[in-house]
Amino acid sequence: MTDVLKPTDTKQVEEAVHWAVAHGKALELLGHGSKRALGRPAQTDMTLDLSGLTGVTLYEPAELVLSARAGTPLAEIEALLEKNNQQLDFEPMDYGPLLGNEAGQGTLGGAIATNLSGPRRLKAGAARDHFLGVTAVTGRAETIKSGGRVVKNVTGYDMCKVLAGSWGTLAAMTDITIKVLPRPETEATVIVEGLDDERACAAMSAAMGSSCDVSGAAHLPDHVASYFDGLPRPEAATVLRLEGVAPSVAHRKETLAALMKPFGPVALLDEAHSKVLWTSVRQAKPFAVSQERPLWRISTAPGQGYAVAAAITPAAQMFYDWAGGLIWVAMPFTNEPDAGSIRRAIAELGGHATLVRAPAALRASVDVFEPQSAGLRALSKRVKDGFDPRGVLNPGRMWAGV
Amino acid sequence: MSVRMPEPDSAVLARREQIVKVLRTMVPGEGVIASEREMKPFETDGLTAYHQLPMVVVLPETTEQVSQVLAYCHAEGIKVVPRGAGTSLSGGALPLEDGVLLGMAKFNKIKDIDFANRIAVVEPGVTNLAVSNAVAHAGFYYAPDPSSQIACTIGGNVAENSGGVHCLKYGMTTNNVLGCEIVLITGEVLRLGGKHLDSEGYDLLGLVIGSEGLLGVVTEVTVRLLKKPETARAVLVGFPSSEDAGACVSAIIGAGIIPGGMEMMDRPAIQAAEAFVHAGYPLDVEALLIVELDGPAAEVDHLIARVEQIANENRAVSCKVSASEQERLLFWAGRKAAFPAVGRISPDYYCMDGTIPRAQLPLVLKRMKELSTKYGLAVANVFHAGDGNLHPLILYDSNKPGELDRAENFGSDILRLCVEVGGVLTGEHGVGVEKRDLMPVMFSEIDLNAQQRVKCAFDAKGLLNPGKVFPQLHRCAELGRMHISGGKLPFPDIPRF
Repeated sequence: MTDVLKPTDTKQVEEAVHWAVAHGKALELLGHGSKRALGRPAQTDMTLDLSGLTGVTLYEPAELVLSARAGTPLAEIEALLEKNNQQLDFEPMDYGPLLGNEAGQGTLGGAIATNLSGPRRLKAGAARDHFLGVTAVTGRAETIKSGGRVVKNVTGYDMCKVLAGSWGTLAAMTDITIKVLPRPETEATVIVEGLDDERACAAMSAAMGSSCDVSGAAHLPDHVASYFDGLPRPEAATVLRLEGVAPSVAHRKETLAALMKPFGPVALLDEAHSKVLWTSVRQAKPFAVSQERPLWRISTAPGQGYAVAAAITPAAQMFYDWAGGLIWVAMPFTNEPDAGSIRRAIAELGGHATLVRAPAALRASVDVFEPQSAGLRALSKRVKDGFDPRGVLNPGRMWAGV
Repeated sequence: MSVRMPEPDSAVLARREQIVKVLRTMVPGEGVIASEREMKPFETDGLTAYHQLPMVVVLPETTEQVSQVLAYCHAEGIKVVPRGAGTSLSGGALPLEDGVLLGMAKFNKIKDIDFANRIAVVEPGVTNLAVSNAVAHAGFYYAPDPSSQIACTIGGNVAENSGGVHCLKYGMTTNNVLGCEIVLITGEVLRLGGKHLDSEGYDLLGLVIGSEGLLGVVTEVTVRLLKKPETARAVLVGFPSSEDAGACVSAIIGAGIIPGGMEMMDRPAIQAAEAFVHAGYPLDVEALLIVELDGPAAEVDHLIARVEQIANENRAVSCKVSASEQERLLFWAGRKAAFPAVGRISPDYYCMDGTIPRAQLPLVLKRMKELSTKYGLAVANVFHAGDGNLHPLILYDSNKPGELDRAENFGSDILRLCVEVGGVLTGEHGVGVEKRDLMPVMFSEIDLNAQQRVKCAFDAKGLLNPGKVFPQLHRCAELGRMHISGGKLPFPDIPRF
């Protein structure tokens, strides 16, 4: 069993990395471990458990800013925000149930390191877009600061961006400052029923191109519709979320319903049903029921989401978020992720695909993240070498050798 | 010029004629400018206190030409300064005596407008406003709107991570760009991002945006388009003190309202703007707030009423809601003309750009007043109140000996103050040469070295825009070294399981 180090402050994190560098040891960076089974299985000597770095250190609701230590549970932060009628606008999804873990786990550091987001991504951005400042220990055992506690800041390179989504391969974040935003007063959902995938993408495109300010646009095809909560009928549903103050939501609901009529029969969901529906979309619920099927997450241009999906075996289960720009795909056979067809579709139509779930042996042999061009790969490697020249932080988690 | 730039390379300067000749083979016709008279327009940018003729100006038209020029400069050890429209307020495009000035103005085509995906693919020399204009017929626009939007280019916006008055609600450049084509100093052409969301690996696009021309030359940008809000209305609110105005801003946000724009002006800025534009600003107030709400009419009407109520609860002495589009634009005309308005009452002004936690505004204004007395120079303030971005305008006369230096020192003190109260050196204008030597106020040497290692990953020879952003340049080989030994085990302080 691997040894676990559980530091409680930045200084101890620095010491741990210092030791690893000096002794040529590799560290696995961990929060709650809710996403531990995502990514390439890395060969590490010791686990650096950052979940002991906890606590909200600054929260100024009127300035829309919150700082917390990286191991602070996301659930604690979300509860605190809710008390103040605010929220994480990037609506981080919970990978736990998809990967066979409990729901409700996960730390702030984990959310940032994996650049989490949810259905509101298409309007409000991902974790990267709300990440204002950081203290982190690089693979050189040096503690660096970047960004700050203000939203508008262009002082120096935007190091927060490269740390967000770096899966712990560049630095161990210890303190994180994020932008928080008001919770919408209410929400509602407009549903267009019975559309095929191509028509659904067109409907979502029309909705997003309207001034209705849609904050969630998903298409739930027939074969998975019954897994989602809150739908009036277990049939193909193209769902469009509206959030804001009550008079505005009421007005936009009517406008959007009228705009969607030519596409198909329209139904409406009230606030309560809309909330449960979008929670199940956010958690990719159909694919959390069982962990058998290899699961892909594809990001592509929304207008061609259906075309990417059409290139994948019809035996796959799938649904669309982000107006067609995010496709969740569950392959039919446990040991066959069918990376070939996915990578071919991406090569032709653009975007990237991540193998979110597969047995460890497969994740070691198949690229988990989208393979990069030689130039990008070399540049990524040079960036990694700048932060972590000895490869002590999560080596190989994203790509072999990085 | 009080800022020291990297020592010119005499070996490069000695080969100038030969270099120009080679560059002409790569970029034909008028694309290479070498005469002093014709290079003159390129000697400065928006930070006009600094000027320097480049060694040669090159205006490429294709990615291939950019790639060839950069590969050549890389091989020959020649420095390169990229330039968009030259509107930088921090000297980001200030040329180097021994450097090629790479002007991207000829990259002026909009290559693709894709309403189904709500994106536009544009060349970097297209102006910010031209993007919005090109899609206006379909009711779309590009959200970041820096004050210079009529002139500044998308390439420059990417370099500086430009903002504007609508940032609080709609984000800065980095939140509105999906992809770009970039040429590294080696001539290698890379694509970062595309029409989709999020990066497939490290967010290198996020690093490039705001990198001030130090990491590569952008030759194509994919931007997100937004549907124009159905309607917009503004409220003009006057306060007896900046504290009251600040409290009102907090109360608006505390009520869960994120306005499309929320701008504050102090008394000197109000007076100058009103005298210039006659926007109907109240002249007997210490602070003026413009709050703009946008969205469907039902929403805007609802929120405007709430903002009015909040303003009155926060000691507003005047409160006017725009009754027409014309009146809304008039409210903004004063704010948008604040810089030239100040220019009318002073021979020169120096525009600063720090960001502070908003609660610190009264303290910062008070300290600024003290500094104003100390330096004997007046200051007017405009403030993106929603996000804490402060633009003090220092009034001076460059014809009076010593006034420019005094203005610069005053400005430096203001920025130190911003950092001291928990803010940052620059909110949207960039570091450039202007704030370069102040970087250690905000960052340790370790922080700056980590940033320079990013630079090394993109440009190991340090040829792209050297002398900007970083006060001290280190060789990449030196930065790459690591001296670590020892490392006690087990560490007594860390719990082990």
